[in-house]
Amino acid sequence: MAKLKIALYWAASCGGCEIATLAIHEKILKLAEVADIVFWPVGMDFKYADVEKMADKSVDVCLFNGAIRNEENEHMAKLLRAKSKIMIAYGSCAHEGCIPGLSNFYNRQLTFDRVYIETPSTENPRKIFPQTKVKVPEGELDIPEFYDTVKTLAQTVDVDYFVPGCPPEERTTWLALEALISGKLPPKGTVISHAVKAVCDECPRKKEEKKIKKFYRPYEKMPEPERCLLEQGFLCYGVATRGGCGALCPQANMPCTGCYGPVEGVIDQGAHFLSALSSIIDSNDPEEIQKIIDDIPDPAGTLYRYSLPDSLLRRARIK
Amino acid sequence: MDNFEPKIVAFCCNWCSYAGADLAGTSRIQYSPNIRVIRVMCSGRVNPLFVIKALSIGADGVLVLGCHPGDCHYIEGNYKTMRRIPLLKKMLKQLGIEEERVRLEWVSASEGAKFAEVTDGFTESVRKLGPSSLGHSKQGSKEAKHG
Repeated sequence: MAKLKIALYWAASCGGCEIATLAIHEKILKLAEVADIVFWPVGMDFKYADVEKMADKSVDVCLFNGAIRNEENEHMAKLLRAKSKIMIAYGSCAHEGCIPGLSNFYNRQLTFDRVYIETPSTENPRKIFPQTKVKVPEGELDIPEFYDTVKTLAQTVDVDYFVPGCPPEERTTWLALEALISGKLPPKGTVISHAVKAVCDECPRKKEEKKIKKFYRPYEKMPEPERCLLEQGFLCYGVATRGGCGALCPQANMPCTGCYGPVEGVIDQGAHFLSALSSIIDSNDPEEIQKIIDDIPDPAGTLYRYSLPDSLLRRARIK
Repeated sequence: MDNFEPKIVAFCCNWCSYAGADLAGTSRIQYSPNIRVIRVMCSGRVNPLFVIKALSIGADGVLVLGCHPGDCHYIEGNYKTMRRIPLLKKMLKQLGIEEERVRLEWVSASEGAKFAEVTDGFTESVRKLGPSSLGHSKQGSKEAKHG
């Protein structure tokens, strides 16, 4: 059997997904036996021109991580889509927008103002912003256009599979790679993860009745070691998050933040968690309810931490 | 915006508010025709997603109407709504949507007049806010150029 041809690319991401692909440890040797890497800017020296020269659909699988934030991200997404038989949105940024997607609370102007003017370490009295084209003595230079709105990969090109996580856990990555190597592929559009419903299903903490009088942020108190974090008032996202990660964060006293995305069948993770979270507030008095809600300083940023571009609203409206 | 007629979606619980709307009708009470009533079994059935979806596809305002506290057919469904709507409003505000576009009210089956009053009042307040930016949004990826 001919070796699989794999391409890996990063768009708007932190680089964690690149490390996650290596976190399969010794299994990487097995991968090397059956697959050749034909494009991977982080690990090997390839030029974009090399990709352009490849024949269409000549790459078997593209693992694409990162959100679509600028013109270059979009160009590479479209190029790699054309060259690849299977396109995988690998990791939360490509899947749902993730942390780069939080800039959808702002627009380009506000982002540029913050980055190039307001940051305390910046001095920019002439208010110089990046331009897509600039003339220098050597000729004209161009840089990719920065978009107003961050998009997910699936909002940009046709995506075959999704691998969730920020970054995907080793076992999730291997589940996807195993499916590719064995050729036993799930139906198109599948979010590849171990078959569990929510993070809570894998979490060993004791779950009793959920009634909350006060929400706590992780620094405000030490969690009890064995009891459900949500029941203790921490905003643990496990109830509204796809399982498969092994519930590692709650086992390390850290509330789940929701990186595996919505559970199967849910289209807006934030609204889903909002519904669950607010209904367990232990009060029937509107004033007290408001007081308890005031303990959550940033509901939109918390509920859509990983999924704002993939949510129904996709972004905040800027006046 | 002289001729602006707000589009309003009203989620009415089957047991109280929908019956209240029915009473307003059978009593021939006039109220503003801007609302589109959607009957749900309980105001507790109104997932915040429904409200967001209504707003995202062009509603200028969303009313959630349920039984008065203590009167829920399912004992405590409306208490869940009472907790959800304030958090939803707080979140919508962060997303640039005026919180006045969402309102929760209690309307019982005997309150046809209150149903009309709430509908009129909400329609007028949304009319004052103007059209929602969502249904007619142009904020895509490339539209607004950096100046």
